[in-house]
Amino acid sequence: MVQTASLATTEHTHVDFDDGITLECGVTLARHRVAFRTYGTLNADRSNAILICHALTGDQYVAEIHPITGKGGWWDQVVGPGRPVDTDRYFVICANVLGGCMGSTGPRSPRDGEPHSGKPWGTDFPPVTIRDMVRAQKRLIDHLGITRLFAVIGGSMGGMQVLQWAAAYPDAVFAALPIATAAYHSAQNIAFNEVGRQAIFADSGWENGRYWASGSTPERGLAVARMIAHITYLSEQALTRKFGRRLQNAPKDPSEAISLFGEMFEVESYLRHQGSTFVQRFDANAYLTITRACDYFDLAADCDGDLANAFRGTKTRFLLASFDSDWLYPTAESRSIARALNRAGANVSFVEFPSDKGHDAFLLDEPDFHRTLAGFLRGCAMHAGLLP
Amino acid sequence: MTAHDPVRFVAKNMRVDLALIAEMIAPNTRVLDIGCGDGALIDHLFRTKRCDARGIEIDMAEVTQAVAHGLPVMHGDADMDLEHYPDGAFDYVVLSRTLQAVERPRQVLHQMLRIGARAVVSFPNFGHWQVRWQLLWNGRMPMTPTWDRPWHETPNIHPCTIRDFFTLCAEEGYAVEHWLAADDAGRRAPWRRFPRLANMFGEQGLFVLRRA
Repeated sequence: MVQTASLATTEHTHVDFDDGITLECGVTLARHRVAFRTYGTLNADRSNAILICHALTGDQYVAEIHPITGKGGWWDQVVGPGRPVDTDRYFVICANVLGGCMGSTGPRSPRDGEPHSGKPWGTDFPPVTIRDMVRAQKRLIDHLGITRLFAVIGGSMGGMQVLQWAAAYPDAVFAALPIATAAYHSAQNIAFNEVGRQAIFADSGWENGRYWASGSTPERGLAVARMIAHITYLSEQALTRKFGRRLQNAPKDPSEAISLFGEMFEVESYLRHQGSTFVQRFDANAYLTITRACDYFDLAADCDGDLANAFRGTKTRFLLASFDSDWLYPTAESRSIARALNRAGANVSFVEFPSDKGHDAFLLDEPDFHRTLAGFLRGCAMHAGLLP
Repeated sequence: MTAHDPVRFVAKNMRVDLALIAEMIAPNTRVLDIGCGDGALIDHLFRTKRCDARGIEIDMAEVTQAVAHGLPVMHGDADMDLEHYPDGAFDYVVLSRTLQAVERPRQVLHQMLRIGARAVVSFPNFGHWQVRWQLLWNGRMPMTPTWDRPWHETPNIHPCTIRDFFTLCAEEGYAVEHWLAADDAGRRAPWRRFPRLANMFGEQGLFVLRRA
């Protein structure tokens, strides 16, 4: 496949770590790579760095043209010169997560000890956790000579990493902004992920995870996984507003899907498009690995069942933000994190924004959200001594 | 505001209370302002007294406004959220013109003095002569500049008088460290030593309590 070839051949800025990283599962990766992008300039005392943590299917190309899709950055509206995360003022870093497929070590990477054999890990890649992802990012931050991040920001799975950062390295995080997220994956979250994984397993092209050997890809399965997930990112209102019950003609190309009915609803066409473009830039085994990492996430379980224990004594300033039509990571989850932070005596701001766009709202044009992000960061910058 | 949000607390004139309350708060202390609106008081306390001041507000638009100004404010309400703070987390817990609008005023006061060393409480006085006169003369629910919404619209479900509040404090064993009555413009009223006069002529009461 042309697309897959470009996923396989595109080079990404990266740093290699050869001193080994022991994962939560007990497996040690002898070497691992962290692919990352930076925007803006690190100041002389290295105090203006902001780490952005990307979501499940995001990557490090936050605010620039994506090398594979050719589209703009996934958070162009939030990160850039004069934007809420202002790259004229801050040094912004984003790394592809461990287990990902955009240059960081993951199932597509060569197996340990066989870096030149061309044999990837595939499904033998050890299960990683959100904590492992954050530890890999910490290596990068250390490598860049930064001892304290001014802020760590992320939505969805990125928000889980933010929580993990604040819990694991409180002195290295001045401000934490977990957005549209939760401190654990609910049974419903896991259920949707499992349907996605089963769609990949059911694709004969998956070949028990060894599709790389024959050069095939489980495109259909991965596309269906994306379609299911995409529904959970939207809301009923947003789908109704965008598509309603409108019909369009089925695609002429007989190889394209089932034109059984001679016509299709616009929403069907939209989802198919989402699925088919996704497979160009994502690896099926990475999708399995990362969804699993999300499902394992339960920050309170690591702290005797009380989330407040994760944050006791923290000096980090928090902004929890949620959207009222987000049913994947509903406001109640953010509120319970805010309350746990209250129990821990932490400095917390918590806002729910009205929006009909569902979970995806954090990626879209939401002026109140953007204004609040900017204001919160400005307030923190004042307290951090970054502003007069 | 969406339809399912609880009705806003009394349309409050924060500026009126602000100066009076701020006077009662020592510098460099930890302060929680419940019903902080757009955060004017916590901003003032941070800027002028270097307080670690935080806020809780029920109206999401106000919360957004406050956080967008860089103030540490969370969405929440007095009835539901105070129980999540640890004992003695604050030096002062402020409840300005909100007590009369909460579901359970007694429990809210109890929580305030659990999580804070001192509670600063202000409320509109239902014992004011105009209120008494209107009810006596017209036989209708009073409408005054302070009590300015009809009975079926008002969020103020637990009005009380200054004397009622003294009684509650005595029953609960709270020490009244300081109190005053003020008119609606926030001017201190001169009946400092006479609760009965204050209860007749004060439009609002302002109390500083601590556990006895």
